Amino acid sequence: MSQKPEKLIDKKGLRLDGRKPEELRSIKIEVGILPNADGSAYIQQGKNKILAGVFGPRELHPKHLALPDRTVLRCRYHMAPFSVQERKSPAPSRRDIELSKVIREALEPSIFLEYYPRTGIDIFVEILQADGGTRCASITAASLALADAGIPMRDLVVACAAGKADDTIVLDLMDTEDKKGGADVPVALMPNLNAVTLLQMDGILTFEEFEKAVNLALKGCREIYTMQKEALKAKYESVKEVEE
Amino acid sequence: MSSVIVRVKQKQIMDLIAKGKRLDGRGLTDYREIKVEQGLIERAEGSARVLLGKTEIMAGTKIEIGKPFSDTPNEGVLTVNAELVPLASPTFEPGPPKEDSIELARVVDRGIRESKALDFKKLCIKPGKKVFVIFVDVYVLNHDGNLIDASALAALAALLNTKMFNYEIEEDEVKIKPGYTPLPVGKHPIAVTFAKINDKLIVDPWLEEEQTMDARLTMTIDDDSNVCAIQKGGSGYFTPKQVLEAAKTAMEKAEENRKKLKW
Repeated sequence: MSQKPEKLIDKKGLRLDGRKPEELRSIKIEVGILPNADGSAYIQQGKNKILAGVFGPRELHPKHLALPDRTVLRCRYHMAPFSVQERKSPAPSRRDIELSKVIREALEPSIFLEYYPRTGIDIFVEILQADGGTRCASITAASLALADAGIPMRDLVVACAAGKADDTIVLDLMDTEDKKGGADVPVALMPNLNAVTLLQMDGILTFEEFEKAVNLALKGCREIYTMQKEALKAKYESVKEVEE
Repeated sequence: MSSVIVRVKQKQIMDLIAKGKRLDGRGLTDYREIKVEQGLIERAEGSARVLLGKTEIMAGTKIEIGKPFSDTPNEGVLTVNAELVPLASPTFEPGPPKEDSIELARVVDRGIRESKALDFKKLCIKPGKKVFVIFVDVYVLNHDGNLIDASALAALAALLNTKMFNYEIEEDEVKIKPGYTPLPVGKHPIAVTFAKINDKLIVDPWLEEEQTMDARLTMTIDDDSNVCAIQKGGSGYFTPKQVLEAAKTAMEKAEENRKKLKW
């Protein structure tokens, strides 16, 4: 059990892990790492380690779920039993089911669903290690996995959270800040369309604080978006190098 | 699900909203009529029935003595569950809870928990050993749209109506004493749900508007006009401007509903 720290922000205005309030954690993204999936991505954001795999468009089972005019997007968010401090049962919790739904709904607006009628696209997200903000990192990775699978999309979806630690609005909350802080606002964005596809919040924020948190989260999204695009390009650059 | 009739109406609903009107004659930010009755189920520790237009929700509370969670040893426990009862809609099926009812329960739960409506510390009997466990069960009896706002009202009304039994501790045993005290409910979180139709935000969507909407956004507001919970749903999106607009409107609407209900 972790002890509650006295303060989440120190006298110098720095956070527990030494970050400034508006600073992201270190992020590493790789695309196309699962040989059997049609598309895949891996993201490391702070101590978060998350794998996303996409299968499809493929025949949908059970078949009665298929739709005549569009593909059916399905998503499973799942945490490994060893991903958190106390072992998590591998059976899906109510939280997992809700997160699977909001992640799916965050990604759905980006996909041209009508291109593949009567089929299904499955997204599997596995949290290998959790450190706060897993839903956001999952969306960032899953969107890349969809792109890697060659599925036509309007834009990549990128997600990042902002929140309140002590009295400061901070970007990209880590586990302790999420649990002990005053609020958590995860946001997903399609940057080119300026479209917010996921928005949740818990905690207590005044309107001014909420406005600041949303804007900060959007700024974080745009920063991660650059890394996301680079990671996607990097996969094809490495292919090119091999050919040369 | 969307039958031919619904498809025809969808266009009508969209065209009307573009003109700032709605099929049932309401303005874009008007709620349907809200009725709240409390204390209908004698066997429950607290209960309430909410009518939001034709949407009907019953909520009941039960109290048990149980163990606290290890990370909050001196706090009581709140469990919210939602049941989409098959008699409420042709689209509800019996069986284990699906994502819609789980989401509904968790959004209602988040509103109560994050607004600190319940004083959890007062629900502790013996730190680390015994606490009150409050069960709130939300029963959807008729589905005519906006289940979230109606369920949040019903859950809060049931909690306000809940009587906690008196007790004393005798040699490590909890003895029930006669009489009751009301549950320590200090805040009144109100959920305000928006639907995005034709790029416009409308408040309190009814069923046919929900079948037409691109996306849904719920904001729960406490007595001091703070935002305490948000949930976006549906496969569409909102612009950042719409999100902030929604927050402003939600604060006004929550205040209005709280006044109407004298909470």
